[in-house]
Amino acid sequence: MQITGYSDQISVAPGETIDFMVNCEGAKTYRADLVRIICGDTNPDGPGVKERMVRSAANKTYKGRKQVIHSGSFVAVPTSAALDDLKSFTFQAFIWPTTPEKGTQSIMSKWRDRDKAGAALIITKANGSVALCLGDGKGKVEVINAGKSLVAREWYFVAASYDAKTKQVCVYQLPLKDFPRVKDRGVVRAKSKLGRIGPHSEALTFGAYYQRTDKGRMVCGGHYNGKIDSPRIANRVLSPAEMELVKSWPLPGGLSNAVVGAWDFSQELKSTRVVDLTENRLHGETVQMPARAMTGHNWTGEEMNWRHAPEQYGAIHFHDDDIYDAGWEVDFGLTIPKTMKSGLYAMRVRAGKEEDYIPFAIRPPRGKATAKICFLLPTGSYMAYANEQMSTDVPLAQLLSGKLSVLQQQNLHLNVHREYGASCYDSHSDGSGICYSSRLRPILNMRPKYAMWLGGTGSSLWQFNADTHIIDWLEAMNFDYDVITDEDLHYEGLSAIEQYNVVVTGSHPEYHSTEMWDAMHEYTQRGGRLMYLGANGWYWRIAYHAESPGIMEVRRNEDGIRAWEARTGEYYHSFTGEYGGLWRRNGRAPQVIAGTGFSAQGFDVSSYYRQKPDARNPRAKFIMAGIGPDELIGDFGLIGDGAAGLELDRADRMLGTPPHALVLASSENHTDIYLVVCEEILISYPGIGGAESELVRADIVFYETPNGGGVFSTSSIAWSGSLAHNGYKNNVSRMTKNVLKRFVDPKPL
Amino acid sequence: MAKTQAKPKRRSATEENRRLIEEFRARPVGHHSADLQRIINKLRGSPMAGKYCLVTVKPHKQWQLAQTSGVRGKPLKMLNKKFTSLEKAEWHVFKLRWKEHTGETLR
Repeated sequence: MQITGYSDQISVAPGETIDFMVNCEGAKTYRADLVRIICGDTNPDGPGVKERMVRSAANKTYKGRKQVIHSGSFVAVPTSAALDDLKSFTFQAFIWPTTPEKGTQSIMSKWRDRDKAGAALIITKANGSVALCLGDGKGKVEVINAGKSLVAREWYFVAASYDAKTKQVCVYQLPLKDFPRVKDRGVVRAKSKLGRIGPHSEALTFGAYYQRTDKGRMVCGGHYNGKIDSPRIANRVLSPAEMELVKSWPLPGGLSNAVVGAWDFSQELKSTRVVDLTENRLHGETVQMPARAMTGHNWTGEEMNWRHAPEQYGAIHFHDDDIYDAGWEVDFGLTIPKTMKSGLYAMRVRAGKEEDYIPFAIRPPRGKATAKICFLLPTGSYMAYANEQMSTDVPLAQLLSGKLSVLQQQNLHLNVHREYGASCYDSHSDGSGICYSSRLRPILNMRPKYAMWLGGTGSSLWQFNADTHIIDWLEAMNFDYDVITDEDLHYEGLSAIEQYNVVVTGSHPEYHSTEMWDAMHEYTQRGGRLMYLGANGWYWRIAYHAESPGIMEVRRNEDGIRAWEARTGEYYHSFTGEYGGLWRRNGRAPQVIAGTGFSAQGFDVSSYYRQKPDARNPRAKFIMAGIGPDELIGDFGLIGDGAAGLELDRADRMLGTPPHALVLASSENHTDIYLVVCEEILISYPGIGGAESELVRADIVFYETPNGGGVFSTSSIAWSGSLAHNGYKNNVSRMTKNVLKRFVDPKPL
Repeated sequence: MAKTQAKPKRRSATEENRRLIEEFRARPVGHHSADLQRIINKLRGSPMAGKYCLVTVKPHKQWQLAQTSGVRGKPLKMLNKKFTSLEKAEWHVFKLRWKEHTGETLR
């Protein structure tokens, strides 16, 4: 793709400014236009792509330029005399390397690559062992290694010292666990042949070495994959006994003058700060968000919560593909006019025949609803899926979908541009799960016109583009609505939605922070009405970073449909200290807030719902009005040819469905690609496919909440794809409209 | 004279496969018999190196056959075969995978 972009915000109010960052290669100029997104489905059997041009001050032709992403995390400690003046020294740390065979990887570096000046404790590409790399500042480099390959995913104590007078170098690679026939212990003493180590005043780095500065961004090389714990730097050669003493804190009196820096990664780990315990206060900052709250070399397994035993969580896990902020320069901004209507918008950028969209919500003015209906754009879920790469990386993709994967240009671009970063459904290059996802980068699957391999047959829609069918339907039915995002709900709580009579969800509102969960629950208990037009909602607990905007965290703990598994002991969010994982495992199953919760999934074809006796209950009369008692609900649709499909939720009293909830209809006749979710399976057993298991179903549920409120849940991701069928005249559309009309009416339910 | 006992009529493995192949050809995506599902689970579950997939050329109109590399960052191999029907693409890839697994060429 020649043109890609992102914005600094995902939700913006009238009077506020949103900035756009664009990479444009191969074209001198590009055109930007503000558009209102109505429907992004390219399927000729559906309503078609609908977008409305909106006049704005930003609609112009701009000069194109290439902008690049420097992914890969590290810690940077600003330059200081204590580090710059080092002559003799000792570097030491505990490490847990995950890809020792990858090539040169820097554990800790006081290095300037331009002229090869300084020193670095590295893993050498020569043999995958720890080494001391020295540079004279005139281009000459010397590497002295421990001679034994490291074993991946094992803890080591590693160190290297250099005596400026004698040129004596010592390199230590000491495994914390011995395997009798594995030779991975190495201690090497050698004399450096380098005349002197080149002085410089660039930053100290952990997890990579300094290369250069690009438009204010520090660019590093030699990105390390794995954990680093308790790094130390001394201003002289330490003996092995002294190294042992320096591992812990506080230091014995005699060594405090020798130790220049001693970093404790467990301190302030909710932030991007890295704390030096010494009086030198050589504090650093993480860059590109490496994983924190990771078990350290001394983790015993007795404590799972890092807040209870921070001393056992002194490790940071660095990845060569971590990405928080693409860091592109701003191309242009747009101040939203005071009169602009709330809705789903995008900045459309076009260069030649190529285009990209940068979607965002224009919310109503802060504190002032401008409609009775609120569409809650599930941006947390979009971020969790941001730049998902399962179709190019994971063999099970075609088993999940029961068909050939169909890839788009976006997938091809992401496959070769790994610096864009992947999603919380993918793994880092070292195989560890991606627990953070940021929107400060182009998110190429959060786009109108995008079809996804996971979205079933037909339109093949998922998340953002599937949700445009709900927007399209609201427009077609002439409902007036505001749009706000998950982040608005997170940061503002109940006040973001309390003025609305109804909150309508997207097709797949899967990820919720505690703040979001509390706000929505409070809303329904105070008389608010919730229309849950999807499935797999309120499933994972997430956290947003308290200081760095636009990044969320999920820990794939213990249970649930997981694309990867959090390592034991790493179940608590680093951003908040909360226990992560499924909301169900946090005492709040989805049924508690929405009446139904995740029960089965499959990604080939969808099915229909059959009405249940509750459909005849007088309380449901307003919902079923105009729908014949024998009608199948949603035996049509653009997503898999049915309204019940992809992911399915069911009612379950034992999981929190209110006792008075009505189950109006349940889906049936799903294929065997559909399987019961793993949190339901305590003992493995046959018969968990769609053909046999009664848990493979979606339940349409309605119930009243206190103070005149109510909840209506359709429990299927595919629901949105059936709304437009037959010119919006169908029983899915009818039922949705019946409910929305009643829910808008303030009269208590 | 002993009576000749009629043998129960059993379909040969080839006949059974023929039935399942035709079942796939008639409906490549959707409800399948358990026997066919077992076969396509094996065919579709192959590793990513050289795995067949489709790339959209024109949305909902034309798709091109491709193979993933199995190596992160390495581009897909685009093959010289385009389809205007997803069902036909499924059948084409089924034949390719059948050939790889059994050595038999389907027509």
